[in-house]
Amino acid sequence: MSAVLQFLKARTIVALILLLALFLIGIELVRPGTVTPLWASNALLFAAPLAIMGAGQTLVMLTGGIDLSVASVATGAAYLLATNASSGDFSAIALALALGLVVGAVNGVGVALLRVQPLIMTLGTGLMTGGAMIVYSQQMLASQPHVPAIIQTLGAGKIFSLVPVDLFLWIAVGALMLYGLNRTGFGRLIFAVGDNREACHLAGIRVWRVLFVDYLLCALFAAIAGLVLVGGTNAADLSLADSYLLPSVACVIIGGTSIFGGRGGYSGTIVGALILTALTSLLTLLDVAEPLKQILYGAIILSLAAAYARLTE
Amino acid sequence: MAAEQDSILDIRGVAKRFDSVVALRSADLKVRAGEVHALMGANGAGKSTLVKIITGVFPADSGDILIGGERKVFRSPAEARQAGIVSVYQDPAIVPDLTVAQNMRLARVGLDAVRTAMRSLGVERVDLSRAAREIDFATLRLIDLSRALASNPRILLLDEITAALPIDLAERVFAVVRDWRKRGASIIFISHRMAEVAALCDRATVLRDGVTVGVTATQGAEEKIVNMMLGTEVAKAAVSGAARAKQTASAAAPALEVRDLACGHGLRGVSFAVRPGEVLGVAALEGQGQEELFDCIAGVRRPDAGEIAADGKPLRFRHPADAVRAGLVLVPANRLQALLPQRPIRENVALPIFGRLKNWGPIAMKDERRRVEEAVRRLQIDTRASSELKRLSGGNQQKVAIARWLAAGFRVLLCFDPTRGIDVGTKRQIYSLLREVAQQGASVLLFTSELPEIRLACDRAIVLFGGRISGEMPADDADEARLLRAAHGLIAADAEATA
Amino acid sequence: MTDVSAADSGGLVRFVSRRTRLLGMPALFVACILATALIHPDFGSFDVQSLALGALPLAMAAAAQTIVVISGGIDLSVGSLIAVSNVLAASLMQHASFGASLGIAVLILILGAAQGAINGLTVAISRIPDVVVTLTTGFIWGGVALLILERPGGGAPAAFLNIAAGADVSAWLPNALIVMIVVIAAIWLPIKLSRIGLLLYASGSDPVAAFRSGVDIRVARTLAYTFGGIACAAGGLALTMTTGIGAPLAGTYYTLSSVAAAVIGGVSLAGGRGGMVGPVIAALLLTLIPMDLVFLGIDPNYGQVIQGTLIVVVVMIGGFVTFMQERK
Repeated sequence: MSAVLQFLKARTIVALILLLALFLIGIELVRPGTVTPLWASNALLFAAPLAIMGAGQTLVMLTGGIDLSVASVATGAAYLLATNASSGDFSAIALALALGLVVGAVNGVGVALLRVQPLIMTLGTGLMTGGAMIVYSQQMLASQPHVPAIIQTLGAGKIFSLVPVDLFLWIAVGALMLYGLNRTGFGRLIFAVGDNREACHLAGIRVWRVLFVDYLLCALFAAIAGLVLVGGTNAADLSLADSYLLPSVACVIIGGTSIFGGRGGYSGTIVGALILTALTSLLTLLDVAEPLKQILYGAIILSLAAAYARLTE
Repeated sequence: MAAEQDSILDIRGVAKRFDSVVALRSADLKVRAGEVHALMGANGAGKSTLVKIITGVFPADSGDILIGGERKVFRSPAEARQAGIVSVYQDPAIVPDLTVAQNMRLARVGLDAVRTAMRSLGVERVDLSRAAREIDFATLRLIDLSRALASNPRILLLDEITAALPIDLAERVFAVVRDWRKRGASIIFISHRMAEVAALCDRATVLRDGVTVGVTATQGAEEKIVNMMLGTEVAKAAVSGAARAKQTASAAAPALEVRDLACGHGLRGVSFAVRPGEVLGVAALEGQGQEELFDCIAGVRRPDAGEIAADGKPLRFRHPADAVRAGLVLVPANRLQALLPQRPIRENVALPIFGRLKNWGPIAMKDERRRVEEAVRRLQIDTRASSELKRLSGGNQQKVAIARWLAAGFRVLLCFDPTRGIDVGTKRQIYSLLREVAQQGASVLLFTSELPEIRLACDRAIVLFGGRISGEMPADDADEARLLRAAHGLIAADAEATA
Repeated sequence: MTDVSAADSGGLVRFVSRRTRLLGMPALFVACILATALIHPDFGSFDVQSLALGALPLAMAAAAQTIVVISGGIDLSVGSLIAVSNVLAASLMQHASFGASLGIAVLILILGAAQGAINGLTVAISRIPDVVVTLTTGFIWGGVALLILERPGGGAPAAFLNIAAGADVSAWLPNALIVMIVVIAAIWLPIKLSRIGLLLYASGSDPVAAFRSGVDIRVARTLAYTFGGIACAAGGLALTMTTGIGAPLAGTYYTLSSVAAAVIGGVSLAGGRGGMVGPVIAALLLTLIPMDLVFLGIDPNYGQVIQGTLIVVVVMIGGFVTFMQERK
C-alpha cells in the first residue's frame, strides 16, 4: 500500500488519470452505456473553455498568484464580441481580445510593479470589468447582439459530428503551454519567480517583467475562453462565465499546481479540467436537484484538494 | 554517577532533519540545576535547532528529552513554558503589530513581573503601550528576555542574546543571568563570543555538525573549546603555499575597484581594489558593514556615496541585473536567498541566463545541458537527488549557488560566507574552486566568518571595523590573531596612536 | 546629527500617518456627505435613513470580512453565508409572530457561527489555502441557500422588518444606524476587549512569533471564521429586514464588497492591522456612491465600476508608497 502511495507521490499525474478513470467508471455504473464516443466528444467540447481558462490560471498560480477576474474578463469578451459582431468578425474578435489585454495589463501593473496582492488586485479589476459591462449593456439595449458564425463553429461545431472544433484550439493552447513552460526561458522564469522571488532578483532577473507578461497572458486566455463559451451557448449574457471562476481555480489545484507557486504544470490542469467535466456529468446523471449538485460539487473539490495536499506533503 | 542524577535537563541522542538537510545527528546535553551552561558550535552546528526542539517549536525525529528525570515532549512553546522552560530565540517572539503590554498578555505573563525584569535589564523606560514594530531590535530582545524572566523559568535558554547588544546592555544581561543562577535556575547560554562564555558559564557543551563532541568546564578552556568546535579537519584542509598563485604586481586595471563607498549606518567609506586573478578576503565581526559592502557591489542596495568601477569603468547599479551584466555576481550568505527549493539542479544552475529578454524564447536544451553538466562536474555536485533542490544537503546546495555563476560567466565572484554551516570536505572543495577560478583570470571577493579560511583561500585580506577598513595584509600574514586584532579595531587604534 | 533629524522626521511621518489612519475614513465620509448635499440640495433626513438602511447588510459583511482578514485569512464565502441566513430567515419567519421571529433570529446567529466554524476548521485542518477553501465553501453554502429557497420569496413579520426602518430617536439618527452600531459593537467589542482579539491580531501579524508566544494558530483562525460567521448571519438578517424577502442569490454581491470595504477601511490584507470603524464607514461610503450617481443622473450601474476602481486605486497607492520607501 505504501509502495503504491510512494509511486503516486512521485507521479501525481498517474494518480489524476486514475481518478479520472474512476469518475468514468462511476458514470458507467450509474447509467451503463453512457460513456460513448459521442459522450466523450461532448465532454471535450465542454472541457475546452474551462481548460483554456485554466491555462491562464495555471500561469498565475505557478507564480504564487491567483486571478479572480478571469470570469468577468471571459464574460466581457464574449459580450463585446456579440454586440460588435455587426462591425465585422475580425474587429469584433480583436475588440474582445483587446479587453483581455487591457485588464491583464492593469492586473500586471498592480501585481508586478506595485506589488499589490494578486487576490485583491484581480478582485478589483474583476469588479471594474463586470461593472463596466453592465453600464455598457445599458447603452447597447437598442442593438441586436449576435455571435459570429465562425465563433459559433469554434464553440459548438464538430467535425464529422464527432471531433469538437474547440478541441483543436485546446490542443494548440496545450502545446503552447507545455512547450512554453518546459522549453522556454520565460517558462523557466515563471516557475522560478513562483518558487523564490528574492532569489530571482538576486540572480539578476527583473521579476516585474515576468509577472506583467504572466498576468497579460492569463487575461488573454480568459478572453479566448469567453469566445469559445459564447460560441457554445450562442447567447451573450452578463453572467455567461460566472460559474467558471471556481472551476478555473479548482482544475489547476486538482491538477497539482501549488497555489504558493513554483510547482506544477499544465498537464495536471488538463486532467483537472477533464475530471471536473466528468464530475459535472456524473452529478447530472445522478439526477440530483441543482442546489444539491452545487453542494456535492464543492464538497468533492474540497476533498480532492485536501487529499492532494496530504499526498504531496 | 552523582553528576548524572544532578541533571535537571538531560538530552540524549536527539536528531532532526529538514527534508534532506540534517540539522542534528545526535545531540546530547546535560544541564545541572543552578548552572550556566554554554552551548557552543560553529554556524550550522545545530544549536538553534536544539533550542527549538527543547522548547517544543518542532518535534525531534528521534532521541529523548528528560526533565528532572522524566521523559517530556512539548508540543508547543506554551507547554514548555508551563513546565518552566522558556527560551529567548534569535528572532524575538514578539508580535510586531501588538503593543508591548499586549504581547505580555498574549503570553499570559504578568505586567508587574515584566516591569521588574525590565528594570533589572535597564529597559524600564520603554513605553509598554508602544507597538512592538516601533521598538529597535536590541531593546526588543531585552523585552523578550524580560518576558521570559517574568514567567519565572527553571530552565532559561538564551540563543545569542548578546549578538545585537551594546556592551553596557550585555553587562546587564550577565548580571541578571548570575542572579538567576543564584536563585537556582539553570541557564543555557549560546554565544559566539568566547570571552563572554569563559567569564559567565560554568560548563560548555560543544556541537559540531549536529553531534555533541564534548563537554568541558569553561575555566581556562577557551583553546580546547575552539579546537572542539573546529575539529581537526580545518587544519588538514590547508592549501599548501605553492598552490596559491604568486601574484606579481600587475599593471592591468583592477577587475573591481571601490572608492569611498558608504551606505546607511553600516558602511562608512571603504576603498580597495581587486586585481584580475586575485582572491581578496574580507574579515570582520558581525555587522561591521560587510553586508552593505557586498549588497552595494552586487546592485542589491544603492550606495549613499562613493564609486564602484569594473575594469576601470565606473558603474551605477539600479538593479542586481545591472551588476550581473557587468560581471559582478553574488553568492549570498543565506542559501534560501539564492536557490529555488522546489526546482531541479538544472533549472537552478541555468537561472541567471534568463535574466535577459532575448533568452526568454526557446531554450537550446543541448547547450544548456552541456553548460550545467560542466558546472556540476567542476563543483562535484552530488546529483542523486537532483529533482528538487531542497532535497540536497546544505553543502551541495551551496555548490549549486556557485555553479550557476560558473555556467553564466562572471568577472568578479562575490562570495558572502559561502562555507557557513557546511561540512569540511565541501569547504575544501569550495576553497580549491575559488583558487581555480582565480587562476583562470577571474577575481573573487570572499567574506568569511571563519577566520582560518582567509589564509587557506585568499591572496590578500582586508578587515572591516565600524564600516571602515581597519587592516590590510597579505594572506600569509593573516593569522587569526592579527585578523582578530584588526577586526576589533585594534590595529587602526595602534596606528592612530603612533601617528 | 543626521541620525537625530532622521528620527525626528520619522516620528513626524508616523504621527501624521497614524492620525490620517484614524481620521482619514471619517473625514472622507464627511466630505462625501457634504458633496452629496451640494449635488442634491434636498438631501435630508430621509436620505440619511435610506443610506443607513441600504448600508446595513454591507456593514455586517464588512465586519465579518474584517475579523477574518485581521486574523490573517480571507473569506470568499461571506456572500453565500449571508444568503443562507437571509433565505433561512425569510422562510422560517414568514408566518411567525414577532416574538418567534426574534427567537428564529437567535437561532440563525448560532447557525451562522456553526457555518463559520466549519469554514475555519476546514482552513485550519485541511492545509488548503484559505482562498481556495472559502471560494469552494462559498459555492457549497450557495447550494445550501438554493436548497432552502429555490427562488426569491418568503417574508417576515412587519414588526421584525420595522426594527431597522424609520427613525425613532431623531430624524437624523435612523434606527438602521443604531442597529448597525449596536450589532457590530456586540460582535466586535467582546473580541476586541478579550483575549480573543489578541489572538486574532497576533496570528495575523506574525504567526511564528504568536506561536512561540503560546498561541495555537489553528484555534485563532477557527475563532476568526466563527465570529465572521456570526457577523454574516447578522448580515443575512439585516438583508431580510431591508428587503422583506429571502433571495438565494442576493448574497453574492457581498463577497466582493466586503473585501472592498475592509481594504478601503484600512485593514491590511497581510493581517494583523486595522480596526472596525474604517470598514463600517467604508460600507456606508460604498452605499453612498450609487446614491450620489442617481442624484447626479448618472447610471447607478457605474457603482460597481467605481467600487472596483476604489479598491484598485487604494491598494495601488499603498503599493506605490511602499515601493517608493524601498527605493529610498
